[in-house]
Amino acid sequence: MSATRYLRLIPRLDIKGPNLVKGIRLEGLRVLGNPNEYAKHYYESGADEIFYMDIVASLYNRNSLTEIVSNVSKDVFIPITVGGGLRTVDDISKVLSSGADKVSLNTAAVNDPDLINRAAKKFGSSTIVLSVEVIKESDGKYYCFTDNGREATGLEAYSWIKKAVDLGAGEVAVTSVDREGTGEGFDIDLIGNIASSVNVPVIAHGGAGSLSHVIELAKSTDVSGICVASIFHYQAINEIYNNDQNVIKSFNTTNIKRDSLHNSKIKPVSFKEAVAELKKIGIVSRSL
Amino acid sequence: MKNIVIIDYGLGNIFSIKQSLATLGVNPIVTNDTKTVLAADAIILPGVGAFPDAMNRLNELGLVQVLRDCAKAGKPMLGICLGMQLLFNKSFEYGEHEGLSLLDGEIVKFPTHHGDVKLKVPFVGWNNLSYQEHRNDNVNSIYLVHSFYAKPVDAKITVATCNYNGMVYPAIVQKQNIVGIQGHPEKSATHGINFFKQWISKI
Repeated sequence: MSATRYLRLIPRLDIKGPNLVKGIRLEGLRVLGNPNEYAKHYYESGADEIFYMDIVASLYNRNSLTEIVSNVSKDVFIPITVGGGLRTVDDISKVLSSGADKVSLNTAAVNDPDLINRAAKKFGSSTIVLSVEVIKESDGKYYCFTDNGREATGLEAYSWIKKAVDLGAGEVAVTSVDREGTGEGFDIDLIGNIASSVNVPVIAHGGAGSLSHVIELAKSTDVSGICVASIFHYQAINEIYNNDQNVIKSFNTTNIKRDSLHNSKIKPVSFKEAVAELKKIGIVSRSL
Repeated sequence: MKNIVIIDYGLGNIFSIKQSLATLGVNPIVTNDTKTVLAADAIILPGVGAFPDAMNRLNELGLVQVLRDCAKAGKPMLGICLGMQLLFNKSFEYGEHEGLSLLDGEIVKFPTHHGDVKLKVPFVGWNNLSYQEHRNDNVNSIYLVHSFYAKPVDAKITVATCNYNGMVYPAIVQKQNIVGIQGHPEKSATHGINFFKQWISKI
């Protein structure tokens, strides 16, 4: 038995309409380009899975990811998890039929916890990922939010997660809304506690500012996967669009490079390089 | 050109299997029509979901006996993930349920621990394949998602295993024309495509 630590490195793609976007604390979105080009780039660089989150689906009461997913599954042969605005077993079925492998539920699960049970029975537990968006309140406890961090539920994180796992959720993806996009690092206590309190895989999301944060999380917790956006996207954008600032600027009125430098806590890294660095210290994802 | 059929019984990532095979220039028929299945040169049984539900659907579609007949007739068959589990005698998922019995053995759940080591269940992610017989072209990595694994009666049908924190279990099984893979070749990048390539070359 080797001492290798198997850890899934999962690029997180926030989608708004046809665009890949990125915000800070799930707000203040900037457009980064075509999501499927990023997905392909990450696939070719060794990503274990891809996580697509439609961040306005719940707000506008629709789910429009099926087209994106069926396009990407033509060239990207790694698992795809899709979330955002999935409300019914039928919604889930449509997304799975278009090429997704797993679905993530947040709002719909909070409103109807039994949906988790029904979906798990129909599609298999391992297909159903519970997504939680967590904010630490003044009482020191972590509470869950829905609608992309906008709506309070009053649900205390640890107990809701346990309940959802009992109902059949096969994985839990935890987003620290406080840390997301800030580059300040993961909330190690939060993730560590959740990972040790449930028996299903836990995926962490929110806060990576550099590869060292990823390594720190991997070494200090039992987490099974790490979902990362900023540090990869802000490097990938240059690789995908060949450093063409005119093309990159055309996505948005703001200059991406300047903005990512504004948040100097974000240290972009190439996905390929990240995989190689992790491998050196015994943390592995898939082999290319 | 061999006529390959993917069984459509409402479960399984058929779309991705098709995309994966398309890269090899293969265009399978997706069907649950018994006549079409019986006329196939080779059959893929996909599967994502729960064992009892899968067997119910196959029964409702009249495919259980058809699949048994095809197997008996020597048609190459490939079971993927839940599809591999269905090939066996029975599973203990949500009770005790009968499978297709094309392979002898049962399907059981991963324990919560292997020795002192905690096992997160389902296993979700990549793992390496260890083969009983070394070959240079063996596919060595696969993506798996599962809470249950196979315990074959005859260890000889195990072609390759995976090791999950010390728990070793069959990842690829084969008995004559029947092949099962616990992981998802359609989601295993080039490793998976190579697996399909090899299976197709032997049809």
